[in-house]
Amino acid sequence: MTERTPSPAVDLDRQLADLEQEIERLRKRSREQSVSVDAELGPLLERADHLRVQIYTNPSPWHIVQLARQSQRPRLLDFVGTLCSDVMELHGDRLYRDDPALLAALARFEGQPVVVIGHNKGKDTKENIARNFGMPYPEGYRKALRAMRLAEKFRYPVISFVDTPGAYPGDEAEERGQAEAIARNIQEMSRLRVPLVVVITGEGGSGGALAIAVGDVVLMLQYAVYTVISPEGCAAILWHDASRARDAAEALKLTAQDLQTLGVVDEVLPEPFGGAHRDPDATFAAVREALGRHLQALREVPIEILLDRRYKKYRRMGRILEQSEQSAQSSQSPRPLAGDG
Amino acid sequence: MLNWLRRPKYGSLERREMPAGIWAKCPRCRNLIYRKELERNLKVCPKCAYHHRLTAVERLEITLDENSFREYDAGLTSTDPLGFENYPAKLSEARAKTDQAEAVITGEGTIDGSQTIIGALDFHFMGGSMGSAVGEKVARAAERSYEQRLPLVIFSASGGARMQEGVLSLMQLAKTSAAIGRIHDAGLPYLSVMCDPTTGGVTASFAFLGDVILAEPGALIGFAGRRVIEQTIRRKLPDDFQTAEFCLQKGLIDMVVPRTEMRSALARLLAFVGAPRVLPAAIEPAPAAQP
Repeated sequence: MTERTPSPAVDLDRQLADLEQEIERLRKRSREQSVSVDAELGPLLERADHLRVQIYTNPSPWHIVQLARQSQRPRLLDFVGTLCSDVMELHGDRLYRDDPALLAALARFEGQPVVVIGHNKGKDTKENIARNFGMPYPEGYRKALRAMRLAEKFRYPVISFVDTPGAYPGDEAEERGQAEAIARNIQEMSRLRVPLVVVITGEGGSGGALAIAVGDVVLMLQYAVYTVISPEGCAAILWHDASRARDAAEALKLTAQDLQTLGVVDEVLPEPFGGAHRDPDATFAAVREALGRHLQALREVPIEILLDRRYKKYRRMGRILEQSEQSAQSSQSPRPLAGDG
Repeated sequence: MLNWLRRPKYGSLERREMPAGIWAKCPRCRNLIYRKELERNLKVCPKCAYHHRLTAVERLEITLDENSFREYDAGLTSTDPLGFENYPAKLSEARAKTDQAEAVITGEGTIDGSQTIIGALDFHFMGGSMGSAVGEKVARAAERSYEQRLPLVIFSASGGARMQEGVLSLMQLAKTSAAIGRIHDAGLPYLSVMCDPTTGGVTASFAFLGDVILAEPGALIGFAGRRVIEQTIRRKLPDDFQTAEFCLQKGLIDMVVPRTEMRSALARLLAFVGAPRVLPAAIEPAPAAQP
């Protein structure tokens, strides 16, 4: 964390971006003027591939943040459209309005009815503006809870897809109780009487992500991130310098691998080389396999046992030191709590 | 102010939020106030009713019956799970400054004779931020309420989740909310009191899950920070945005209670909801749910 010089990975990124631009320019010329540019193109493509290998072989946390935010990354509707059939979207929280940043739907997964909820990020600017970049208002979270209640009533498992920069930080969201909506969802998910499987597919932005991310099993794509605060926000607060986001990304331990080590994520789903968008079908297949396996296992667990397990799972999260009453007085020899986090 | 609460390790608190001297200056109305008068008035400015921030120890002293407090988990502290730059130093600094081990004190005591489990967050300790230890202490307090069939009262004062513990801090939202859920399942009362300020992750978890939610006058209460919201909506927010009074008007909390009346308000609420009662067998947890 004391490393403050730009990491080499970023220079590689920049080189690759320049190369890709050059390649695109050549291809365009070739199309427009019907000339062969193969001779020029060949070495550039080779160089680009080489760079990609260098970058993706061991991406830095900051690079993974970029991958998680990648505009070409598969979105909720790609996952739901591919993995589920018979999808029927449900609208509205019955209190205020329908929030397009959050999807709730009845669907079938491998023929079995499920309730699907998820942050609904767009693919392009137009779609993103309509869906508020996947940042829900309280009514979005309340819609999700309503859908989960339906799942509970009809005994369908819930599949939740997480991909949001965070809950929308707007004045109206505050007035309508953003904090309450998130708190309520977290509490209710901790005791919802059906299996809950969460897949973090892109950005897991703090409370706005957790509001639909409490689960019996939490899966995470290899290049997704999950964090208490954005690296930019963290850098701005800690060092009054948002440009140190790269350092913050390292410090926050927000990658899937870190989160599995910390006990927050149960399983990391591998992505194709270079990220989910390079081979979406391979990504969908990995998610389908894991979802199927976990849902089947969870269906066989009696609900009281499932609830107890879920409670204990979250109850254990975190790392603490505990001193006995005596040693607390002399503040000596802290010992780790047996069985903590 | 009262000064009966003596804690074995951390002792009574040095009050540093106001410079020492006979006179104190109110940060809102700028009047000089005789310090003893301010203390007698529970640190509420006699001129403009500004509620000065209290430490957790002060909060417990003015809320609980004298000598009724028994602390839980005094030796429970945070560690540095991520190896985060400067975090151990910041923790030591906070401990030295507040003479507390962590940003919350929990325990049990009586309020006008009503037995209750109680917790108070301390904004003076790293902004009252919730890391693993704060989450653990709040969850344990909730579990004791559940086990002993006692009400739970929590005074919040927090900037939110503790960044230095990364996503483990975020998970404390889930840990505390799940524990509060058990209290509700058992039909036990939970009173949440929001003090200045109660923001971020603490609002998005236990603070907004009270059966009854109270707040001190003028307390800042909200999820996102004012600056972030103003940048997002590209407009200035009104001055009263995210105050306790604003939240009351928007239907987010039940009541705004001046500090001098808080103890009696809690006592009256506990008389309604805190009386010992027999629980119907149907809502007892199934045997499988017991650890």
